Amino acid sequence: MAKRIGGRTVRLDKGIGVVGYGSVVGQKEGSGPLGNLFDEVVDDSKPLDGSWEKSESALQSAALTRALGRAGLNADGVDMIFAGDLLNQCIGSTFGLRSYGIPFAGLFGACSTMALSMMMAAISVESGAAQKAAAVTSSHFCTAERQFRTPLEYGGQRTPTAQWTTTAAGAVVLGVGGRVSVSDICMGKIVDLGQSDANNMGAAMAPAACDTIVSYMRDTGTSPDDYDAVFTGDLGSVGSELLLELVTAEGYTLDSKHLDCGKMIFDIERQDVHAGGSGCGCAASVLCAHILPMLESGRYKNVLFCPTGALMSTTSGQQGESVPGIAHLLHLVSG
Amino acid sequence: MNMTNKQYDLLTKQSSPSSPKVKNGILAFVCGGGICVIGQALCDLYMAWGAGETAARTWVSVTLVGITALLTATHLWSGFAKFAGAGAFVPITGFANSVVSPAIEFRSEGLVMGVGAKMFVVAGPVIVYGTFFSAVYGIILCIIQAVQGVM
Repeated sequence: MAKRIGGRTVRLDKGIGVVGYGSVVGQKEGSGPLGNLFDEVVDDSKPLDGSWEKSESALQSAALTRALGRAGLNADGVDMIFAGDLLNQCIGSTFGLRSYGIPFAGLFGACSTMALSMMMAAISVESGAAQKAAAVTSSHFCTAERQFRTPLEYGGQRTPTAQWTTTAAGAVVLGVGGRVSVSDICMGKIVDLGQSDANNMGAAMAPAACDTIVSYMRDTGTSPDDYDAVFTGDLGSVGSELLLELVTAEGYTLDSKHLDCGKMIFDIERQDVHAGGSGCGCAASVLCAHILPMLESGRYKNVLFCPTGALMSTTSGQQGESVPGIAHLLHLVSG
Repeated sequence: MNMTNKQYDLLTKQSSPSSPKVKNGILAFVCGGGICVIGQALCDLYMAWGAGETAARTWVSVTLVGITALLTATHLWSGFAKFAGAGAFVPITGFANSVVSPAIEFRSEGLVMGVGAKMFVVAGPVIVYGTFFSAVYGIILCIIQAVQGVM
């Protein structure tokens, strides 16, 4: 049974593992540094049936199909699915997954949703509530732009701290067994240090990442040196720099171990993405295209996966609220 | 974390690169000025074709709005605007783009609740406050003229 360690960490001892995973991305992500690692690169130059939201749902559906294929399962073999995205009422997930007939829980954790949904899936399997549980998330540049920012054809300039929402989806199926196991989870707290610039999400989320990572290290008595890598979701270049400073102030040195999915998925200079990639699909697709295969092959032995989310909406922003951040952590182990 | 919001804000400012203001300013000046030169050339052309000055100026606005709408619809404007910044935004071209871009964007929600309702989502505040302050200006002008008439 799962047991609590320290103040925040939960250790899973049933051998919960990743039995299948899949990643699907758009053209820009496909031409990035990790391009050839994704399962599928789709043509995202035109909306599906005139709707970018349908395009995003299709991404999520394709990622789940890939994960089920790798797990050797059909939809009936999955007892629960936890999914989310950035769209209002999580419609990317609802419409992407409605045809599968899997008991569904929609979650919102902003860009941290992949870790949130994997935690829920892992707890479900650990408790015996499910034998197989899936976690899926997606984001789409065009749906995010139209919901959170300005129309796509609107002519404007981005600030250097702004991030580029990735067009990507990732899906993971968890069960007992598998070559990569989820050994610990650490649920994030809502952390808000008063940042309110919607064009500097990395700065808003970095304190949450620091809080969760440091709490996990303290709970487990480990340090960054005990891991092959510590992945954050999409802090980008600005948030990553701030995270390293914040963690240093807490007495840990993360510099040589830290990797950020938002910096990995794009070539920041060549692809003109300013501070890097963002979106639920960023961490999810990098997890499924890079982190899990590296763990499966044994090139990584154990890593921390800690995607971050900015828990704001356009309404809270317009009402002058700051941007609260959150970061959930999973300890993933090879073998 | 032992850090106040104020301390973190300071740290954030140090870590966040600011926009290249001088470069942006020069590009905006050159591109915005270029659009104005085109406008003046069009005005001279329309006048050479026999239009009066007022009609020629109106036709300049119509032409620039039309060209911007066309470039917005053909996905060319946003690239130019990214380069030109305020130089593309400040002239009437920016207004045209801010109306056409949501009209294209929200076509997927239908002609009424999409195009009709969302077309002015960006330009709406400019129209509302432009009209409001025009009225305020008119009232002030009226009062000044009335006072001058009395004196």
